[in-house]
Amino acid sequence: MSNRLIDLQHITKSFDGQMVLDDLNLYIRENEFLTLLGPSGCGKTTTLRIIGGFEQPDSGKVIFDGKDITTLAPNKRQLNTVFQKYALFTHMNIADNIAFGLRIRKKSEDYIREKVKYALRLVNLEGFENRMPDSLSGGQQQRIAIARAIVNEPKVLLLDEPLGALDLKLRKDMQYELIRLKNELGITFVYVTHDQEEALTMSDTIVVMNQGYIQQIGTPEDIYNEPTNAFVADFIGDSNIVDATMVKDKLVEIFGTRFACVDTGFGSNKPVDVVIRPEDLELYALPDGVTADSPEYEKVADKARELNPGFLEGTVTDLIFKGVHYEMDVEANGYTWLVHSTKLFPVGSRVLMNLDPFNIQIMNKPESEDEQAVSSADL
Amino acid sequence: MKKKNNALLTGPYLIWTVAFIVIPLILIVYYGFTDENHRFTLDNLSRITDPVTLKALLLSLLLSALATAVCLIMAYPLAMILSRMKSGASAIITTIFIIPMWMNSLLRIFAWQTLLERNGVINQLLAFLHLPPQHLINTPAAIALGMIYDYLPFMLLPIYNSLTKLDWNVVNAAYDLGANGRQTFFRVIVPLTMPGIVSGITMVFVPALTTFVISDFLGGSKVLLIGNIIDQQFTQVGNWNAGSGLSLVLMVFILVSMAVMQHFDTDEEAAGSIL
Repeated sequence: MSNRLIDLQHITKSFDGQMVLDDLNLYIRENEFLTLLGPSGCGKTTTLRIIGGFEQPDSGKVIFDGKDITTLAPNKRQLNTVFQKYALFTHMNIADNIAFGLRIRKKSEDYIREKVKYALRLVNLEGFENRMPDSLSGGQQQRIAIARAIVNEPKVLLLDEPLGALDLKLRKDMQYELIRLKNELGITFVYVTHDQEEALTMSDTIVVMNQGYIQQIGTPEDIYNEPTNAFVADFIGDSNIVDATMVKDKLVEIFGTRFACVDTGFGSNKPVDVVIRPEDLELYALPDGVTADSPEYEKVADKARELNPGFLEGTVTDLIFKGVHYEMDVEANGYTWLVHSTKLFPVGSRVLMNLDPFNIQIMNKPESEDEQAVSSADL
Repeated sequence: MKKKNNALLTGPYLIWTVAFIVIPLILIVYYGFTDENHRFTLDNLSRITDPVTLKALLLSLLLSALATAVCLIMAYPLAMILSRMKSGASAIITTIFIIPMWMNSLLRIFAWQTLLERNGVINQLLAFLHLPPQHLINTPAAIALGMIYDYLPFMLLPIYNSLTKLDWNVVNAAYDLGANGRQTFFRVIVPLTMPGIVSGITMVFVPALTTFVISDFLGGSKVLLIGNIIDQQFTQVGNWNAGSGLSLVLMVFILVSMAVMQHFDTDEEAAGSIL
């Protein structure tokens, strides 16, 4: 495992008496693509600005490469930032924009010319040297902002929602561009976004934040498949979060029906939250007019039981075609389940619903409001 | 139909422009290039080479340049501070700076006269402290002071405006790229606020160069500016031709200085490297 490049220790920050970060602890490894993910106001941008030096923490330390840089000015730090709205120097042409940092460091003009050319090639904007920033599209301006940062060969590139202002198609393209850039440059990226899809696509590590606390740190797979609490589950992708009771290890009761699961250590007869991803629910169509005591019903139920001894019965109440799959609402036991399926079940049709034990994610119920925002110290 | 209506709407402005700008300008040009007998002459223009007039012009240029420079040096940091303040606080301070402008300009200059004159407030204060009285009024310095006091808000407001429009992330970007405070100021902040600086300079330099009120009150008849000379030609000598001729010469100086400023405005690169 590569070493810790940035270490944030017990960072606390408040603005006007409002706590923004509360005892935040986080380390960032060399060459990692780390994403700070969370809704607006969760403290992700403040965390980035503290790393960049634009904010000072009220308490706590920022360690960079073994040295304490908590109070070091931004211009003395070996990292560069790509700002949300590009922040290009509109009074300079593209070449001068990119050369800005190199001129400050008094590099030779020959070196600068080479570097500018290299950076423009890297962001696929060769020949743009003499254009003015205003004449470029949003996507191009963002590429220039990235080029302007990376010519300085920073050890870390900080990106503050850099794709936020771009349209969907361009955003997708730029996501791949950023992954390519990161691999070519071999440097650390710290990326801030509120877009969970963006985070899942690009990151090596995702840090999910809410209300100044880190909720979960993990790989995209971990975060998606094993959310540690309802907030993470809800924030990352669509999910069904329902009240349930852990009967004993590997057995959970949801709406009165017992399901096999794989989780242990929650105790017995304990209330828990259960997260079920919409794509994990399997639907089995009940033919019209079939009652629960008929052999027809048993035939369908037997099929459903192959996946898990328990199953639920419900009615499709809504249907939307989403391209790859259908998105359906299934009313069962008074709860509206969100289901994604490649098979079509028309509105009004009765279905049995079941899922694999592996796809039942059990979480402890938060005992108080405070615990809902789990402090990183507990992780 | 619609087009015709729109054309009609421009009518009042057209009449205004012709009546109060174009015709007076033509008259000044006409007077400037003719003598009392309506014959073409360049004598009115060459009056500028008269030693007294020339001295007044040079002093005008010097004092207005000085006043502009001092206004710029005073207004820029203030505008920086104001633009970084919370909007409520900056609004109060901006208003304080503007309030004197709500008073009659004559009154403001007259107030300076009572402060500076031989038995004025300042000298009374000095006498009270048993210090020798100072010769303050009727000096070029007094005129420059009056100009600075009178025109400072005209420098402050355009610079403040352009600073509030500045995206502070651009400043952060400069820091981020390794620039220190001074480099960020001269390479990024100043060039990006150049339009405000240019209009501020224009709004101070032009009225300062042509003023005769300030020099009248604070310079007495001892210190003459070109504005006073032109004023005398019209009101005392009654030689409209000479007054118009000198006005035209002054206009040329203003046009040249504005052209220079415009050059800085459009070619910010050059401005950045000079500063």
